[in-house]
Amino acid sequence: MEFEDEVVEEMERELEEMRECYRSGRTREASWRKSQLKGLLQLLREREEEIFRALHQDLGKHPAEAYRDEIGSLIKSLNYALDGLKRWMSGKKAKLPRIALLTSAEIVPEPLGLVLVISSWNFPIGLSLEPLIGALAAGNAVVLKPSELAPECSSLLANAIPCYLDDKAVKVVQGGPGVGEQLLHQKWDKIFFTGSVRIGRRVLAAAAEHLTPVTLELGGKCPAVVDTLSSSFDRKVAAQRVLGGKFSFAAGQVCIGVDYVLVDKKFSSTLVETMKVVMKKMFGENPRESRSVARIVNKHHFIRLQNLLLDPMVKSSIVYGGSMDEDNLFIEPTILMDPPLQAAIMTDEIFGPLLPIVTLNKIEDSIKFINSRPKPLAVYVFTKDESLRRSVVSKTSSGSVVSNDVVVQYLADTLPFGGIGESGMGRCHGKFSFDAFSHQKAVMRRSFLVDFWFRFPPWNDHKLQLFRSSYRYDYLGIVLTVLGLKKTDRVSKSVQTSN
Amino acid sequence: MAGAAQEEDKKLFDSGAASTLVGELRDAFASGATRGYRWRESQLRGLLKMTDDHEQDIVAALRSDLGKPEPESVLYEVAMVRNACKLALKELQHWMMPEKVKTSLTTFPSSAEIVSEPLGVVLIISAWNYPYLLSLDPVVGAIAAGNAVVLKPSELAPATSALIAKLVGEYMDSSSIRVVEGAVAEATALLEQKWDKIFYTGNGRVGRIVMAAAAKHLTPVVLELGGKSPVVVDSGVNLQIASRRIIVGKWGCNNGQACVSPDYIITTRDLAPKLVDALKNELEMFYGKNPLESKDLSRIVNSNHFNRLTKLMDEDKVSDKVVYGGERDPTKLQIAPTILLDVPRNCLIMNEEIFGPLLPILTVDKVEESFDIINSGGKPLAAYIFTNDKKLKEHFVKNVSAGGLVVNDTTVHVAVHTLPFGGVGQSGMGAYHGKFSFDAFSHKKAVVYRSFMGDAAMRYPPYTNGKLRLMKALLGGSILDILRAIFRRS
Repeated sequence: MEFEDEVVEEMERELEEMRECYRSGRTREASWRKSQLKGLLQLLREREEEIFRALHQDLGKHPAEAYRDEIGSLIKSLNYALDGLKRWMSGKKAKLPRIALLTSAEIVPEPLGLVLVISSWNFPIGLSLEPLIGALAAGNAVVLKPSELAPECSSLLANAIPCYLDDKAVKVVQGGPGVGEQLLHQKWDKIFFTGSVRIGRRVLAAAAEHLTPVTLELGGKCPAVVDTLSSSFDRKVAAQRVLGGKFSFAAGQVCIGVDYVLVDKKFSSTLVETMKVVMKKMFGENPRESRSVARIVNKHHFIRLQNLLLDPMVKSSIVYGGSMDEDNLFIEPTILMDPPLQAAIMTDEIFGPLLPIVTLNKIEDSIKFINSRPKPLAVYVFTKDESLRRSVVSKTSSGSVVSNDVVVQYLADTLPFGGIGESGMGRCHGKFSFDAFSHQKAVMRRSFLVDFWFRFPPWNDHKLQLFRSSYRYDYLGIVLTVLGLKKTDRVSKSVQTSN
Repeated sequence: MAGAAQEEDKKLFDSGAASTLVGELRDAFASGATRGYRWRESQLRGLLKMTDDHEQDIVAALRSDLGKPEPESVLYEVAMVRNACKLALKELQHWMMPEKVKTSLTTFPSSAEIVSEPLGVVLIISAWNYPYLLSLDPVVGAIAAGNAVVLKPSELAPATSALIAKLVGEYMDSSSIRVVEGAVAEATALLEQKWDKIFYTGNGRVGRIVMAAAAKHLTPVVLELGGKSPVVVDSGVNLQIASRRIIVGKWGCNNGQACVSPDYIITTRDLAPKLVDALKNELEMFYGKNPLESKDLSRIVNSNHFNRLTKLMDEDKVSDKVVYGGERDPTKLQIAPTILLDVPRNCLIMNEEIFGPLLPILTVDKVEESFDIINSGGKPLAAYIFTNDKKLKEHFVKNVSAGGLVVNDTTVHVAVHTLPFGGVGQSGMGAYHGKFSFDAFSHKKAVVYRSFMGDAAMRYPPYTNGKLRLMKALLGGSILDILRAIFRRS
């Protein structure tokens, strides 16, 4: 008990120091922000091998996957932020009506203060540093808590960040749920959380105590609607993208990966055949030997995924793959055809290399199917039919929609990345990250020279009429009233007698 | 029996009733009824017509609930709702259009856009001080964005609440827009339900309760709260004009019961007496020698708040700082405009949002010291400064954090629809007005369109070093790097 109190006291002391540092104004300077972003670029460049090693250790990721999804994506985001920083930091003028003489208005972004970033284990470097980019670009002091379930990456960040960034304003706190709880009880100016729906609720509840705004990047079951495709080229591309969108991203442990597929009953066997060919190409005859399949992060998740296949009706629906190796935390990329809809594999977010294919009588039924479930982070649709595409975009609701591909929205700096409903709230990437960690302050400047004398009491019908005209931007009316040429509305009897 | 009939009318609005209500609205929303332009336009027109047709009823209700003078009702409530409707009607088609965005080499070839879609069924809880405005202004945004809406007006302004319930029932589509009147029990029942967004205007204590309830369902919220909005008054300004603008922002706004009213003043020791004189002069010109009799001041909303405010004024070591006013009339629930000079930093009146006709003045040696005082408290909804010193202005804008700032005036930013209106820190989260209202009630969905062409083998397993090189070049490098990577053997 005593030890814990000491730890909490130490944490609170450090946080107070960080707030002091923020109050000194250092983090607000453009030069500071630039130096931090450049520091991150340097970190990624100089520590690349270490990062590859840590990601391989924690998740069995191949360097190509690690670069594509984490390092490369971060470099792109950093360059984009460095390029846009000056523009983002400057205020934006707000238009005023002509009646507002000698007045100016603008929206000025300012940092929120001391912010907390909690990241998840599946993209432990990417999901830690991507929000960090936004927080630093916006001029905040930041505490980062990486996931303890990716321990090599967590220590890498804890060791490297102080070497490249301002260690008085940017700190890494390592630890498990206990440390997470302690952090959540502190007062932050913003919390950015990436993780599960269950913990997301806890984060939001903790934030409510201090009225702290939050961004929650959660998850969900992202469906891929695959229409009947007559061209074999299109079929191959669709299969590649869907399967890649499941198995090539941390073995399916990815929030915007394809969770399940929806397909017309009549097309399903053709699709599965095409998929089997593509699977062989991607993972070879012996996927366990392939260096292209990431590992399951730990025993707990391995058992969870294993349990999804325990149900005999689910197990019998496997049409490809299915083998597991607990010692190596390896699960073979697996495809299932029509597992029962009430089974856990169809009700919970899978977050693993199991791909159910659900067949429908007609592909249009996929809209109702998707809408009867919680809103996911992404919806994917593969089709050449414009009206089906339009239906999916306008009739379903999700963080994002991609037509004829998967996951690519993650790389787009100009698109907001975020969820809705149970898949999250708030957004990031590009300028949206900057905005997520900023307060857009309204600023209005007036002159002493011009005033509307009728603004001031005592009130009379004349002034009331002028109010009416001003608010209608009825300039002629104002002039006429002032000149005494416009009839004034009489104050109503009911108002007069109620005094 | 008459008694039984009355019982029947006053059916308890409990969790079950709330759940049924939400279910009905969800069905309405799911049917797509609220999504089309025509529905949104018709509802906005209905709201506008309702406000136009019943202006006098609204003024009368506000008079009954708050003693609000007609010009304030017209200016701050009726006109602002009307303008919000007109702006939304004018801009709606534009707001509803998807926003095309540029795509880059990493997703080539592709096109992308951001599509605004309604959130679904939203709950709006409003406050008692501007009961018509704070109920219907957010409703304008919710409707414009295509949502189904439940509005719960404040029970502390009962005439306005009843009027809104009646009028909304008459003028708007009741399959998708409903009003629930009531107090804590009804609000609690509503907050237990799952909403797609909750928009709350009120105080920080209840704001926390709202956010905690929202957390259970992962519901996003907008909280328009309050704080102590300071006014810094520098030397070298026209004190007469400054005073007028402070007075109209304080006592001219519901007798100080407004979230953006100047709460307290900070000025230099030298300037304070002159400022007090200027304020006294203008106050007398506006409200006469007997302000308690003036018809141009709202009354205090109820005896709870009346008692709260008199306690602030009468506190030991504070009551002797009154330099103007101090009169009160409990039968009329009226407190005269009151100025206090040099109150201690740590007293009740300086520790909570005043929300009433009391204006304390703090004095400092140098005006720059005021910024530290302001920043030592919670971030307010608004902060004001009167100065002609350019450097001080810029220092203020840069270093004082608040929802919104005004230089050389008070409260006027609230009427500018191109400025986001909302708080930061303790004063709230989220913003609205103008297009910000539409955005507050919309989900901005990212949509990417790709073709089946333009695939890159390097995206897919099996992973090789060659693919790694190419990826590095594409994501981080130059054209030269890309060419090099393509032509080099793996």
